[in-house]
Amino acid sequence: MSDITKQTLSDLIKNIKAKKLSSEEVTKDFIQRSEKSNKLNAYITEDFSNALQKAKMFDQKPNFNLKLPGIPIAVKDLFCTKDVMTTAGSKILNNFIPTYESTVTQNIWNEGGILLGKLNCDEFAMGSSNETSYFGNVQNPINENLVPGGSSGGSASAVCAQLTPITIGTDTGGSIRQPASFTGTVGLKPTYGSCSRYGIVAFASSLDQAGPMAQNVKDCALLQEIISTHDTKDSTSIDFKRSQYSQDLNKNIKGKKIGIPKEYRVDSMPKEIEDLWQKGIDYVKDCGAEIINISLPHTKYALPTYYIVAPAEASSNLARYDGVKYGFRAKGENLIDMYEKTRSEGFGAEVQRRIMIGTYVLSSGYYDAYYLKAQKVRKLIKNDFDEAYKKVDAILTPSTPSSAFKIGEKKDDPVSMYLNDIFTVPVNLAGLPGISIPAGHDSKGYPLGLQIIGKAFDEQNILNIAYAMEDKINFKNKISDWWIK
Amino acid sequence: MTIDLKTIKHIAKLSRISVSEEKAKKLAGDLNSIFDFIEKLNELKTEKITPLTSIAETTLKLRHDEIKSKNIRQQIVKNSPEKNEDYFVVPKVIE
Repeated sequence: MSDITKQTLSDLIKNIKAKKLSSEEVTKDFIQRSEKSNKLNAYITEDFSNALQKAKMFDQKPNFNLKLPGIPIAVKDLFCTKDVMTTAGSKILNNFIPTYESTVTQNIWNEGGILLGKLNCDEFAMGSSNETSYFGNVQNPINENLVPGGSSGGSASAVCAQLTPITIGTDTGGSIRQPASFTGTVGLKPTYGSCSRYGIVAFASSLDQAGPMAQNVKDCALLQEIISTHDTKDSTSIDFKRSQYSQDLNKNIKGKKIGIPKEYRVDSMPKEIEDLWQKGIDYVKDCGAEIINISLPHTKYALPTYYIVAPAEASSNLARYDGVKYGFRAKGENLIDMYEKTRSEGFGAEVQRRIMIGTYVLSSGYYDAYYLKAQKVRKLIKNDFDEAYKKVDAILTPSTPSSAFKIGEKKDDPVSMYLNDIFTVPVNLAGLPGISIPAGHDSKGYPLGLQIIGKAFDEQNILNIAYAMEDKINFKNKISDWWIK
Repeated sequence: MTIDLKTIKHIAKLSRISVSEEKAKKLAGDLNSIFDFIEKLNELKTEKITPLTSIAETTLKLRHDEIKSKNIRQQIVKNSPEKNEDYFVVPKVIE
């Protein structure tokens, strides 16, 4: 069967179950395409020969009751994978081989998924362009020298270029939704507590959440159904009744109330984004939903709040990298000198910047002025959403303030890089689920995404709205395979 | 507000990151522009607001104190840059 890699996840599963395709054939094709796509730099670690071995084993004793029967999947290199190097995109973890498996990846393997390899990302997931990775930047399959977004840039690039049928990323301030938007793919950040954080390299623990990235909403729903489980190994994992997201998926959103927050109409918003948003409003109206104007008055304070809370938590989480227990160690004259040189040589510039910000806002004399203040504003931001959800079922916004930008364009200006996440960060601060779906192209032909934000634990609702909109939008990604010679 | 070089060096020390004079200057520039942006929060009056410390509104669950992983010493030291049997090795701290 030709064009295996072009098939959706649902089709691959159907064809494997019908024995029209073997896991080996499917795995081989994704490996071959991945090997031809080195120029994208989407992978940090390839695990191809093991993948092929596992696929053959699956074919010898197939279990078609599994949800991902022999499906090869590459994952973001932030998930610990037993016996397979896990770097978090950092020099400091360049030689780290976990002795245990993250819960989210284990859930995928339990359903028959096969690890293809580990995908590039911004160092410790800190970045919006994948340019902070120690392993180099990633190309956006949409166009040469365009960033794929970040931090899950390798994941977005790999799904867009069809190097893997689906993938998982993590999202602390927009790291799934922004790259999904930049590559014309679908990305879901679940409710905080939906997916276990066990075995995920920690960045900001009160914001980090793993989530699915796919070529369409249905595939995304299926992966969410698999990765979202209650896990006692993560004390913030929440025991709630999870839907069978893919089985319960439906396009009927008649009568749903969709909120349009006026504060998201930021001053600098390009007309193309404004038009896209209006188109999105028209689509949901066509589907029979009701549009309601709402206000989220503290929106403009979300980014400043995020850039206190996230670095503060990061500075604490990253204290463990000391050159003693694992990872890179630099030579030093004494213990302290070794610590300082290890961290100075092992971490990249953006990570050091954020550790410094975090240490400063938590330091004696500044804690109340910054960290406590940010936690209070975070409360106000969450209250805004709580108020809004008394009137609406979901909220529709653009995913990003622009389409993908050129590699190098924003690298030296941290604040302009941070502004990329202006529409996604409030969702993490409030712990809510948000999904980005491709909704159109700008004048350059680059994809643009729309974001649907839901109530906590209401993933099914935003998946349904996304599913209904996807049908109306009928988005087609323009991929020319330019990177394959 | 301006973060001066002396403060940068102090934070670097607390962060256990070595900084050269040149790097400290670059960091001072970056941090000052980031804090200019963060200062926006001062527009808000927050005296009466309870800080949000946990987004998941659940109480921590109790569990039995059972040993679940046994004999994992080798696993723990496996990734250490320098080890001696079951121990991590660090530069000498006692003269």
